[in-house]
Amino acid sequence: MSETAIREDRSSKGMARVSAALWRRGWLRATLTLTPPLAWFLVIYLASLVLMLVTAFWSVNPFTNILQHSWTLANFNQLFTSPYPTIILRTVEMAAIVTVTDAVIALPFAYYMARVASPRTRRLLFTAVLLPLWASYLARVYAWIVILQKGGTLSWTTSHLGLGAVNIGYTNTAMWLVFSYIWLPFMIVPLYGALERIPESLLEASGDLGAHAWRTLRLVVLPLVLPGIIAGSIFTFSLTLGDFITPLLVGGSNAQFIGNVIYNNLGTANNLPFAAMLAFVPIVIMTFYLLGARALGAFESL
Amino acid sequence: MVSLMANGGGHQYDLVSASGDADLRLIYGGDVRPVNLALIPAWKDLQPFLQSPSFNTIAGKHYGVSFEFGPNVLLYSTKTFKTAPTSWSVIYNKKYAGQITVPDDYIQIADAALYLSKTQPKLGITDPYELTTPQFNATVALLKAQHPLVKKYWDLASQEESLFQSGTTVVGAAWPVAVSTLIADKDAVAETIPKEGATGWADSWLLATNAPDPNCAYKWMEWMTTPQIQAEDAVSYGETPGNKLACPIMDKIQKGSCEGLHANAPASYFQSLYFWKTPLATCDNGKNDCEPIQNWVAAWTQIIG
Repeated sequence: MSETAIREDRSSKGMARVSAALWRRGWLRATLTLTPPLAWFLVIYLASLVLMLVTAFWSVNPFTNILQHSWTLANFNQLFTSPYPTIILRTVEMAAIVTVTDAVIALPFAYYMARVASPRTRRLLFTAVLLPLWASYLARVYAWIVILQKGGTLSWTTSHLGLGAVNIGYTNTAMWLVFSYIWLPFMIVPLYGALERIPESLLEASGDLGAHAWRTLRLVVLPLVLPGIIAGSIFTFSLTLGDFITPLLVGGSNAQFIGNVIYNNLGTANNLPFAAMLAFVPIVIMTFYLLGARALGAFESL
Repeated sequence: MVSLMANGGGHQYDLVSASGDADLRLIYGGDVRPVNLALIPAWKDLQPFLQSPSFNTIAGKHYGVSFEFGPNVLLYSTKTFKTAPTSWSVIYNKKYAGQITVPDDYIQIADAALYLSKTQPKLGITDPYELTTPQFNATVALLKAQHPLVKKYWDLASQEESLFQSGTTVVGAAWPVAVSTLIADKDAVAETIPKEGATGWADSWLLATNAPDPNCAYKWMEWMTTPQIQAEDAVSYGETPGNKLACPIMDKIQKGSCEGLHANAPASYFQSLYFWKTPLATCDNGKNDCEPIQNWVAAWTQIIG
């Protein structure tokens, strides 16, 4: 037996001893496995959130922009002064409208994919839904500018159809369209998952008991896919709440969203504490949203 | 940029290139230090008004070397306006509602103040960057009245370009770089400086207080102010060079660019430009009743929010 082989043999004996020790002590095994991801979560996720929360109660010297580490509620109070309530309301309103739009479009689409389409068609549709996510977000938003602006694809098409030119570029309607388009896959995918899991027998039973398609949808399908809708709406709602690129590029003169104010406070005004305070607004809104969803029983069937 | 320099940036960067609206914040913040102009030979060739401008020179101490500048011009569609508008009033006119675009920047308040200083002399505005509370409120009121007329507050020059290319907007405030791009694209637009004059920006190179390589920084400032580099920079970015000797070189790079970018304009042209400077609470008249920058920024958020 060569020297290397002996050493390998010893080291494998060593490994065996370590693994035996770990097998005997379950707590040690759990600690070793969980420490790295837990540390990651604590440091990267929670600590940064806590730091942001702390920053939100600091201030900057308005002239030199030097961070002042003294506690103040000024940023919090500022949230309730004009124009911030309007901006927050505008953002929440858009997020809600986009979420409803996406849910309405996604439900029949996902139903067809999950329960009607052949496996081949289903694969094709899945690809079609996910395809836009492979392209750059920015490129897609810029494409919408070209579609919606004056003399763009949309107004060219409608005027050639004799419907007159439709100019909705740089408006809130344009933002609604673009947001609904961009976040649609995030609603379709969880809804598809929820619809796929409904046992066929339940639908058949509903039909056998005399319920029409509409009644089956309302009383059997909808309650069962509610968790899917909520899951999808968490994406569409929170992504709209935090976005600033679409308002900046597609919006008109009333396109100040929470994200844009944060962006401006980081860029032009250099007011990090106020930006941090604003960043908590979507978090608070989402917390209420999830509590509301739980109260409605959305998570009971999870 | 001010934050980058303030929050420890001084150790990381040798130089900062800033427009006049940020200079005083950097200077009073202690982020930059005086420059020895004896080491910048091209300084004496700068346009006279850029040698010791109030936005980078305090009590005879030079905190920066000016290098390029440009006006904020009135850009208009020649399809809508057969002759050049003579007044900034067109961007406050209901007739062009939904076809107006202005920059998304608090310093835009100075543009409105400049317009009011000529059209409402009663207000007594003498410097668009030094506004007392009544003057400031009147200016903000004008901009709030303008808000429903504005199609888009642009953040990027490219946004303004596509607004004019598509014909969405027909008049607005613009940087020369957008005008050059549109004219090169053969779009039906032209620029003008109306009778009220215009605001403008002038960039300076400022030396960081804790610059790790000051020698290198001086070499850079020396190089950036030479006629050759000034001309190349001006033509490629659509700016006016600070160095008077750059004009013939500009024409060699691109015919007509010297006149097009006003590098050889008479002194009266430069006098019609009011260059950005940080709004301070202390006015030039010695009183302490001017609106400081943070009120400008807050007011702008209200105007567009």
